[in-house]
Amino acid sequence: MKTHPWLTTLLFCCALPTQADGLPAARQQELTHFVRQECGFCHGLKLTGGLGSSLTAEALKNKPAETLIPAILYGIPGTAMPGWLPYLSEADTRWIVDKLLKGFPE
Amino acid sequence: MTSPMGCDTRTKRGESASAPRPTRFRPLLTLLAALALTLPALATNADELRGTGDLGLIIERAKGSIQLVDTTKRTLLQRVEGLGDTSHAAAVFSRDARYAYVFGRDGGLSKVDLLTGKIVKRVMQSGNSIGGAISQDGRWIAAANYVPGGVKLFDAETLEQVADIPAYSEETKALSRVVGLEDSFNNRFAFSLFDAGEIWIMDISENPRQPKITKFKNIGNQPYDALITGDGRWYVAGLYGEDGVAVLDMWHPERGVKRALPDYGRGEQKLPVYKMPHLETWAVAGNLAFIPGVGRHEVVLVDIGTWEKVGVIPVAGQPVFVMSDPTGRRLWVNFAFPHYDTVQVIDVENRAVMHTMKPGKAVLHMEFTPRGEHIWVSVRDANRVDIYDTATFNKLGELPVDAPSGIFFSSRAHRFGL
Repeated sequence: MKTHPWLTTLLFCCALPTQADGLPAARQQELTHFVRQECGFCHGLKLTGGLGSSLTAEALKNKPAETLIPAILYGIPGTAMPGWLPYLSEADTRWIVDKLLKGFPE
Repeated sequence: MTSPMGCDTRTKRGESASAPRPTRFRPLLTLLAALALTLPALATNADELRGTGDLGLIIERAKGSIQLVDTTKRTLLQRVEGLGDTSHAAAVFSRDARYAYVFGRDGGLSKVDLLTGKIVKRVMQSGNSIGGAISQDGRWIAAANYVPGGVKLFDAETLEQVADIPAYSEETKALSRVVGLEDSFNNRFAFSLFDAGEIWIMDISENPRQPKITKFKNIGNQPYDALITGDGRWYVAGLYGEDGVAVLDMWHPERGVKRALPDYGRGEQKLPVYKMPHLETWAVAGNLAFIPGVGRHEVVLVDIGTWEKVGVIPVAGQPVFVMSDPTGRRLWVNFAFPHYDTVQVIDVENRAVMHTMKPGKAVLHMEFTPRGEHIWVSVRDANRVDIYDTATFNKLGELPVDAPSGIFFSSRAHRFGL
């Protein structure tokens, strides 16, 4: 992640959703729903895996954001993972990966 | 199922007192009517004699619950909670159509009484499950698991585990995730090994505690779902990792698995697939099967005599379910993200879309009433199930259901593969 340490600190200090990590709160909410529901088809609503791999923080702990971001945007050749580039921006994807690595919100 | 006797003798609330009856029964009837009126509106159905042929359930995928429904009155009967992770949950029905066996994503297997709304048995049978099937004789429940990869067999009465079949592939030297578990005749099941590219037949006709396994190897890359035709004969697995399908004739398993439809799949360009199509309910009408195109905005027509592709019908998105109404005259199709707000109806004779509707975001599943006069449609993000007249396409009503996904009616009890 390229998020500055102070941004992370700010995020943890704020009780309400903010634009601290670059996305409006409404978009964050959309993306949370998107990951739980659309990604959840293959990865499980609880992201514990299905035909897709587990996306829990524990399962991802050795995966750097730098490999996860392109996997989401462009898909993984030879697997069922499609690229989501038409529907997710790079900023969206960074936010998703950041949250996945920390344990995705409900 | 509804028995004639059940219909004749059942106590109809509010009608008993006014109905002409022999005088000597009147005090009893009055008492019964009074009792009925004092019961809560959602009292368990076991209080009255009734059949289960018009009952069913709807999965609430986010809440770990199901809604029991009555398709005659078009109402919700009650919510049953405590089913664990119900995302992608599926259900099969007991032979008497009274009990539903609900397979949860988290490996939970629950036996639910449709009449009382009670969970009568529940076991945690694996870490990650994709669904299951019930044997031809109705005595055994098989569950397909991702973690640990394999199939487990349970006594349908008690849910006691009677057999465990790890899907260990001698080729990959590892356990494989199991998909496309289907029941067939002679108390056999067939299933596919996603990671190993194998199809296995599990025969429990002699001894369910020691199933006989027949393995077919190298059937294709990444079988991701399968169907069995309504006569229990053809087991067909869709392949994700390459184009084509794998076909096994359950009349003649000794002939092995054959590959078919070489040009069915994503093709050279490897199109992105935003949701895996479901094959379980491939529509078969006459000698034609109608199957979802993989990653393509089309329904594919296949001649099931020759297993050759004979045409395509362009549709609004990547199809997920292609479901034939019981007459075989029309197909109802829903779609993957981002076209999942849409449902299209195909006229089979003309091989063309005849009606398009937009029930709303995330139509996940559809189910016909037993003879197909209505269809129930899950609209996930609207927290709603819509009911349509299949002849006029008029909306007859809607029911509030939390993030609905699969809809399962008890008429599945007497069909192979459902």
